[in-house]
Amino acid sequence: MRAAPFSDALVALGRERPDVVVLSADLSNYTDLIGFTTAFPERFIQVGMAEQNMMGIAGGLARSGFLPIAVTYGVFATRRAFDQVAMAMCTGPVKAIVVAFLPGITTPFRATHQATDDLALMREIPGMTVIDPADATELAAALSAAAAHPGTVYLRGLRGMVEERFDPAGFEFVIGQARTLRRGADVAIVSTGLGTAWALDAVDELATRGIEASLLHVPTLKPIDSGAIAELAGRFGVLHVIENHSVIGGLATAVAEVVAQVGVATTVRPLGVPDEWAPAGSLDHIRSELGLSTGALADRIMPAVGR
Amino acid sequence: MTIPDSEIARRAASIRRRCIMMCRGRGQGYVGQGLALADLMAALYFDEFRRTTDDEFVDRRILSTGHSAIALYAALGEPGLYADKELGAYGMDGSRIEESPLAGLPGFHITGGSLGQGLSQAVGFALADRLKGSDARTFCLISDGELQEGQIWEAAMSAGHYGLGSLVVLVDNNGMQADGDTSQVMTVEPVDDKFTAFGFRAERVDANDLPALRAALARTRDNDGCPHALICTTLPGKGSPTLEAYEKVHYVRATDDVWQRALSEIQ
Repeated sequence: MRAAPFSDALVALGRERPDVVVLSADLSNYTDLIGFTTAFPERFIQVGMAEQNMMGIAGGLARSGFLPIAVTYGVFATRRAFDQVAMAMCTGPVKAIVVAFLPGITTPFRATHQATDDLALMREIPGMTVIDPADATELAAALSAAAAHPGTVYLRGLRGMVEERFDPAGFEFVIGQARTLRRGADVAIVSTGLGTAWALDAVDELATRGIEASLLHVPTLKPIDSGAIAELAGRFGVLHVIENHSVIGGLATAVAEVVAQVGVATTVRPLGVPDEWAPAGSLDHIRSELGLSTGALADRIMPAVGR
Repeated sequence: MTIPDSEIARRAASIRRRCIMMCRGRGQGYVGQGLALADLMAALYFDEFRRTTDDEFVDRRILSTGHSAIALYAALGEPGLYADKELGAYGMDGSRIEESPLAGLPGFHITGGSLGQGLSQAVGFALADRLKGSDARTFCLISDGELQEGQIWEAAMSAGHYGLGSLVVLVDNNGMQADGDTSQVMTVEPVDDKFTAFGFRAERVDANDLPALRAALARTRDNDGCPHALICTTLPGKGSPTLEAYEKVHYVRATDDVWQRALSEIQ
């Protein structure tokens, strides 16, 4: 576990790049921004509870030569301010970063706060890069990569105490590159974001049952690593897709698009939030209600052994 | 040295003729808006905006009302930043002179057109100049219909909160929108009082009266920490009685004789 990895990464970026400006819509206390606002108060813009205005102001700052980082919850960044993100941040010569907290089912409040459709929405915008980091290490590295990237980036954030699944020593994040985390011969899993943490646990559970799984981690949903997915689809009859997002429009859909375009006869089995508003409660409770607990994921993957 | 009104009026007439010429090719376009805004464009581009060269400006120019692009193209056509031959292809298939263009074309610094979004971006430009320590001013043209979008008031609130005295909001208060009279569709008045309530110095001006308009623009140069709003009364089709008859028409389609007559009417 690491405390507030986004905060440390943002302060480091602010130190390195004087053109970084951070914006919040009345959630700086809840999105690990205090480090930045304390270190660089003059480069922090509070816009109040007005996400549409925030994305617009960010667009203006970007077109004036700054690197704006607009930080809020995923639901507000995408559903509420979708057109502003698309027009102000993604048309013409412009480059900005949106960091979206409370991804998927990581909040007890239901439809109002659970961003289970944000990846689908952001994937639709021409030129947008979409990243869902799996842990503290990847979140920090992805922020740095997003800042160096020429186009606008939508980056999901993880706040507070965040798991550290990857060793930060020598860790490199390359936008658009998937990573093979496990090479088992029995079943194949593709995952992104927190779904990758769930997948790693499911892989361990499957191992105790004598099943060896392959696991492809796809932190960048767009541009998608078609080659890595096609390669895996060529070797397995079923790809299980685990993600902290609706089964519609996110990684499962992106994987299905690749598989269909490649033309291999591989089944894509989505293991995400079903097409309904997720329940309230703790993350463990919601996962178990949706069949996304470690045991349930292993159970759902088992029947595909040998396919 | 003060530029005489007659010189600005000459520019405005030329902008009007160019707007008509642009629409004549296809027999259609946002000519009402172009003629209504010609005096404002002339006063801004040939007096108020500070520039270093013909196409290098100190001040920021944000067009939120995408379909009023015709007035901007015509103004930029004055010093030849767009050639008349190219502007003649306004709205034609394959032409970059789109009726409501995306950001990136010369003179178009944001994507207007998804209405109500320009003022937020203008606030971003003004905040950027404050961060840079620049004295550049930011002018943002919006329309009265756009005031119905909630985002305008989010942006106005932030401009007031941050005391952006370098920001000038120009409201094209032409009284018409896509579905008809603004007062019938959804009342936006009292526009000046609304901006005043958000911390602006607001005043009304007849933006087809050059001396009054230029005097009002001059008053916006004071930067005492209050953003400025000029509520510009404009007459769609202004300058051509033939086109003024279309004043309640958001988008004009007409036969060639209409365009020819309109052209001959511009003084």
